[in-house]
Amino acid sequence: MEVQKEVEIILTRQLASYLATPAFLVDPRGTLLFYNEPAEVLLGQRFEETGELSVEAWGTRFEPTGADGVPLPVESLPLVMALRTRHPAHGEFWITSADGQRRHLLLTAMPLAGQAGRFLGALALLWEGPGK
Amino acid sequence: MKVRLWGTRGSLATPGPETARYGGNTVCVEVRSGDGEHVLVLDAGTGVRNLGRTIPGTTRRVDVLLSHLHMDHIQGLGFFAPFYVPGLEVHVWGPPSPSESLRSRLGRYMSPPLFPVRLRDLPCRLTVHEVPCVNERIGPFSVDSSLVCHPGPTVGFRIAEEGRAVTYLPDHEPALGLRGPLLRGGWTTGTRLARETDLLIHDGQYTERQYASRVGWGHSTFARAVEFAELVEARQMVLFHHDPDHDDATLEGIVAQLLRDTSPSMPVCAGYEGQTFVL
Repeated sequence: MEVQKEVEIILTRQLASYLATPAFLVDPRGTLLFYNEPAEVLLGQRFEETGELSVEAWGTRFEPTGADGVPLPVESLPLVMALRTRHPAHGEFWITSADGQRRHLLLTAMPLAGQAGRFLGALALLWEGPGK
Repeated sequence: MKVRLWGTRGSLATPGPETARYGGNTVCVEVRSGDGEHVLVLDAGTGVRNLGRTIPGTTRRVDVLLSHLHMDHIQGLGFFAPFYVPGLEVHVWGPPSPSESLRSRLGRYMSPPLFPVRLRDLPCRLTVHEVPCVNERIGPFSVDSSLVCHPGPTVGFRIAEEGRAVTYLPDHEPALGLRGPLLRGGWTTGTRLARETDLLIHDGQYTERQYASRVGWGHSTFARAVEFAELVEARQMVLFHHDPDHDDATLEGIVAQLLRDTSPSMPVCAGYEGQTFVL
């Protein structure tokens, strides 16, 4: 039987679905819960096609690298750092989107604390950077 | 388990001949155990005054479960007779805010200048419990609650006894921000509480036209309420939290049209004061 998400997460998804800013939502374990249409453009893949993904899966699927092309370990990605430290994290990196495009991304991740201080995951907002 | 509606109106009490059938008191529901010994009071709108007068003096414990602290859900608290019975064990359950305890929040209303009697001066033995709670035992009942989509901390309740369940979602906007059908896969609030419930008491305040200008106010349209009941496979639904602008004739017309338009797979009706369900 499907497990109902927390109301704060449901409302965050609703918010993200209205934003023109690309947004990426994960649970406390890093499992991808949702990304919005603007993020689909950056990632080159619709959310309906990926569904929920583990942190290991999404952390490697898009082959994140530094500016020098050296692959970045999953634990160094700002979204993963925000989950681990429960503090905001910001960073930039390059990915190869599902449609083969190389993209420079800037990402700010915010941990989400719900009612009674429950840790619910994190929301990442992305911008496409100028790098090629 | 017996469920009785003592107040069905949302937002504001609307007494008068034009609301005599469905009632003008704001929300309050009684859940009585099968043996008649235990009473749960769901919300304390103005309907709680009449309910409080029926609780016998020999009662040893009363539990009041508050979904949230908007006025239409707590305005009757100060007129709830058990509060004034010395030594009676009264338990109030409800949500805190992120920065203020439930007792402190209740004290904002139960204190001057809004009310002459302070919470701490009540002669009953008052205990305040914060929710959400999971599988809490209150007498013979198993009580489950979780936060739902509505402005400010708001919970719904599922109360079960001997394999039968009533789910209480008086203020619930399950379709906030949605452009299509209610989301499956755990993305609609209230579904955990309402799954296959025997009786769903659900917000049904707005017509589609009203809702268009009241998105985010925390309430459901009639059609979304039926859609939600279908989603959770409820066995019966009572539309609740009637809009103050819906007099008896208007409400009857709306519900008749709703039933024609949606052909729900379970019995659906508009709740009225005094309506009783035996589960």
